[in-house]
Amino acid sequence: MNYNWNWGIFFEASPEGTGTYADMLLSGLIWTIVTALCAWVIAFAVGSVIGVMRTLPGRVPQAFGNAYVELFRNVPLLVQMFLWFFVLPEVLPESWGTWLKQMSNAPFYTAVVCLGLFTASRVAEQVRAGIQALPRGQRMAGTALGLTTAQTYRYVLLPNAYRIILPPMTSEFLNNLKNTSVALTIGLLELTARARSMQEFSFQVFEAFTAATLLYILINLVVVTASGLLERRFAVPGR
Amino acid sequence: MRLRSLLPVLLAGLAAAPASAQDLTGTMKKIKETGQITLGYRDSSVPFSYLDGSQKPVGYAMDICSKVVEAVKADMKLDKLEVRLNPVTSATRIPLIANGTVDLECGSTTNNADRQKQVAFTNTHFLTASRFVAKKASNVSKFEDLKGKVVVSTSGTTNIKQINEYNAEKKLGITILPAKDHAEAFLMVETGRAVAFVMDDVLLASLAAGSKDPNAYLISSDAISKPEPYGIMLRKDDAPFKKVVDAATAAFYRSPEGKAAYDRWFTKAIPPRDINLNLPMSEALQKAFSTPSDSPDPAMY
Amino acid sequence: MFANFDFSVILTSLRYLFLDGMTFTLTLTALAAVGGVVLGTLIAMMRLSGLPVLPQVAKVYVNFMRSLPLVLVIFWFYFLVPYIGQWATGAERPIQVGAFTSSLVTFTLFEAAYFSEIMRAGIQSIPRGQAAAASALGLTYWQSMSTVILPQAFRNMLPVLLTQTIVLFQDTSLVYVLSITDFLGAASKVAQRDGRLVEMYLFAAVVYFAVCFVASLLVRRLQRRVAIIR
Repeated sequence: MNYNWNWGIFFEASPEGTGTYADMLLSGLIWTIVTALCAWVIAFAVGSVIGVMRTLPGRVPQAFGNAYVELFRNVPLLVQMFLWFFVLPEVLPESWGTWLKQMSNAPFYTAVVCLGLFTASRVAEQVRAGIQALPRGQRMAGTALGLTTAQTYRYVLLPNAYRIILPPMTSEFLNNLKNTSVALTIGLLELTARARSMQEFSFQVFEAFTAATLLYILINLVVVTASGLLERRFAVPGR
Repeated sequence: MRLRSLLPVLLAGLAAAPASAQDLTGTMKKIKETGQITLGYRDSSVPFSYLDGSQKPVGYAMDICSKVVEAVKADMKLDKLEVRLNPVTSATRIPLIANGTVDLECGSTTNNADRQKQVAFTNTHFLTASRFVAKKASNVSKFEDLKGKVVVSTSGTTNIKQINEYNAEKKLGITILPAKDHAEAFLMVETGRAVAFVMDDVLLASLAAGSKDPNAYLISSDAISKPEPYGIMLRKDDAPFKKVVDAATAAFYRSPEGKAAYDRWFTKAIPPRDINLNLPMSEALQKAFSTPSDSPDPAMY
Repeated sequence: MFANFDFSVILTSLRYLFLDGMTFTLTLTALAAVGGVVLGTLIAMMRLSGLPVLPQVAKVYVNFMRSLPLVLVIFWFYFLVPYIGQWATGAERPIQVGAFTSSLVTFTLFEAAYFSEIMRAGIQSIPRGQAAAASALGLTYWQSMSTVILPQAFRNMLPVLLTQTIVLFQDTSLVYVLSITDFLGAASKVAQRDGRLVEMYLFAAVVYFAVCFVASLLVRRLQRRVAIIR
């Protein structure tokens, strides 16, 4: 193999002057985690609302919820990134567009919003499935108790539904985490982007990618373990 | 007696002829066996290697490579040599050369000592320094003006490394975004996502010239590197192939054809929009053409 | 907002977009889906085989692939496939692999992890008694798998497999990072050449949406039909 191995590369100074190549990868890891968490907040909030809308009796909220899910699920994430980053500022009124473009950390905010709304469509599917999996009697019991629709959701349906969908939500969270790497196309310096720049600066492609791979596996293990604990903590007693 | 003394010579001659075909190594052997050679081309390294109006790769470096291919074909006495084309980016070109996907990278790759640890370069075909392009309206003309601003550069280039080092050394607090290719990086400046694009000056000049409004852009007055050499990239530790490529490029650069190829791309209208870059050959490059060299050291030119 | 929207740039590049770009995307999707389902089924069978070591190997493979972002895997394989080819065929130099083959290998291996989970659920959905009955009839493992279990598992899972294929179709857009001319790559090359980002990216979004939306409607219809027959 025509390749110069050098595993010591991680402790060599990177050309950015801020530390070693290992520091560079770690900063990428931090951006990956921060982006994933911020996007998840949006995804969880918007996804829950959309998911609930799709189970409401009214036709308008159902149609809106369905349209949202279809729209965000049927366009590739990368294309959505480009739409938010390159197209949105151009179709807005000029002053708004300029403000958007000159925002510092624009790739980060764009990635969070784009990924958040994208993942929301998937969360919405899970929330809807969770609510529909509950026995119909629960909703009826809520009504019989004199609860309003909002109260029924808040006190009866959602607490149960979220518990049921915890395992699929974990995998949506992991997808969300992995999808942050798509944002490297708009200049977000997350883990994959950092591994790539390390490869470009040092030419040690396999060392850089191996390190990134191990870090991704590590985060996965942490998330899976944490969600296991969460599942046990919130398991519905007697089920 | 006379015949007997001739015999070893004859035998040696006979043995030598087939040996030269059998003992091929590396890229030459691969070319012989597959009847193919793969050239790496770029999306938007105008005018070295880029896609024309019909999305076919053309350019100065592509012309040089086709000369090299002819030379390889003649040297190996092949009847047919199929040329395959593979797109590369600044970020993928070095690994793709190393892993055998691409045999010759025909673009705008800076030849430096660091890269020579992984790949080899043939004789220099251009010299260029790192500068930036910005909109005149942004009021930046020197590298120091970029303090605290957002700057873009193409990932995998020497330039992004240099601007990073410059930024760290001068503590300017510049935010440096990596872009996939030159066109994407220029787009970031055009759409106002970044104030400046740091790259080899020749590429900046061609990108600005090819833009919608060439007069809106300026190129920085100072540079953060000496003029550095560009070379066609090939695999490392492949002396026989490098020898053929070096000989072919040296002969090409010394001949009037080399100058003509340069003029064709730098002083005449080029596709896709018939822009003339108006960059007559510099003295340093004229020298480099008359005494071809593959040295990575800018001081040599 | 659409005052200077230029439709002609879309019209003049249609041929290139669809002939070069979409052809690449669709071919890659189709071949990677077939390869992924075949390999995924084998992995699922390994995982359920009850033999020593094999289930663990399959499990590690699936979990490994599923914990990595596709973008990283695309980079990995683009640089690594030639060496893998060299190792697999015992050749003396890295195998030359073009952009298409490399993407195909990447997507097949990556999606196989996801398809294998679907096929595992499919195989497990077949009552155990059927496997027992098949072996009572004297069928070998391979006979019972290929004539009894897999056809049913495949049929039960067809809608899910197709949905995953739609995801795969969308995922192929990520070869953009390698400057390969898939549909999105073609659109972005035109966009950058002519400075017409808004038009080209919106058009790309509309085309992806139309294809995926229609495909998912068809899958839903199929799902209802399969459900009735079952």
